[in-house]
Amino acid sequence: MIVDFFFYLFAAVLLVTATLVVSARNPVHSVLFLILAFFNAAALFLIAGAEFLAMTLVIVYVGAVAVLFLFVVMMLDIDFEQLRGGLQRYTGIGAAVGAALIVELIAVFGGWTLAPNAEKLRLSPTPANMNNTEALGRVLYTDYIFLFQAAGLVLLVAMIGAIVLTLRERKTSKHQSIRVQTQRTVAETLEIVTVPLGVGTNESGGFLRPKAPEPEPVHEDAGGHHGHH
Amino acid sequence: MTAVTLNHYLIVSAILLTIGVFGIFLNRKNVIVILMAIELILLAVNLNLVAFSAVLNDLAGQIMAMLVLTVAAAEAAIGLAIVVVYFRNRGSIQVEDVNLMKG
Repeated sequence: MIVDFFFYLFAAVLLVTATLVVSARNPVHSVLFLILAFFNAAALFLIAGAEFLAMTLVIVYVGAVAVLFLFVVMMLDIDFEQLRGGLQRYTGIGAAVGAALIVELIAVFGGWTLAPNAEKLRLSPTPANMNNTEALGRVLYTDYIFLFQAAGLVLLVAMIGAIVLTLRERKTSKHQSIRVQTQRTVAETLEIVTVPLGVGTNESGGFLRPKAPEPEPVHEDAGGHHGHH
Repeated sequence: MTAVTLNHYLIVSAILLTIGVFGIFLNRKNVIVILMAIELILLAVNLNLVAFSAVLNDLAGQIMAMLVLTVAAAEAAIGLAIVVVYFRNRGSIQVEDVNLMKG
């Protein structure tokens, strides 16, 4: 059966690349193996008939998340050799926990049978004569609309959180302070001088005379620069 | 599904989840690889949900998988932001150094 062959092929590549993700010496290689693992998982989704999720996995993970990982790995100047130091220390306990986990999971899944009334307990049965994307859209925007909007809120909070965490006030950047701008008055910025007729501006010091002392600028940050000048 | 049964998918996802958990133990120093191992664990969860959805002909599983995908993407973004801030403050991303709040 060709479906069997491809299932075993993609599953084998998925598991091998997943092992390489966690064991590669270089984190950049880890990210690239992660991309390959996601591609193979998308192929497994396709075999199971979840076409829309397969494409979403490729777009979201390969297109966004893996590239984000790649950016961060390459942006941070990390001493990779130092990071591998304590590798052997945790290999034993990790292997023990992993072995216990896999034995338990296979013991549970090996004896798995579906309940006889599982067909009746379905929340939203797959409609016939409709492709996967259309069927998903019909239930996602009706029955699961609140979950859909909650997922949007989760993404919004994550976006705001990531920006707030990484935004850094640069000392050299010039940015507007709206409070200072709106508190400016005409008296602070303009000086109106009556120039006598026929005398010129040289009498009153010329255009380039020293300006009147500026008022103390109002700083946004309360901690730093007050009192120095 | 034809001869590929539910158990095939469940065993693949069980092995994938185990690899993810093992990766968390193995890479105690590199927090980026730990985040990648968490992504693998969430992928195993998605594989389970999709397999059950396909066997039972129930679309709810695929909806749940989509929500897990959303949360995983958000988690990756926040996690990497924390890594960037931590690297900016400490100059390394070793998880074993994170003991400032131990008290």
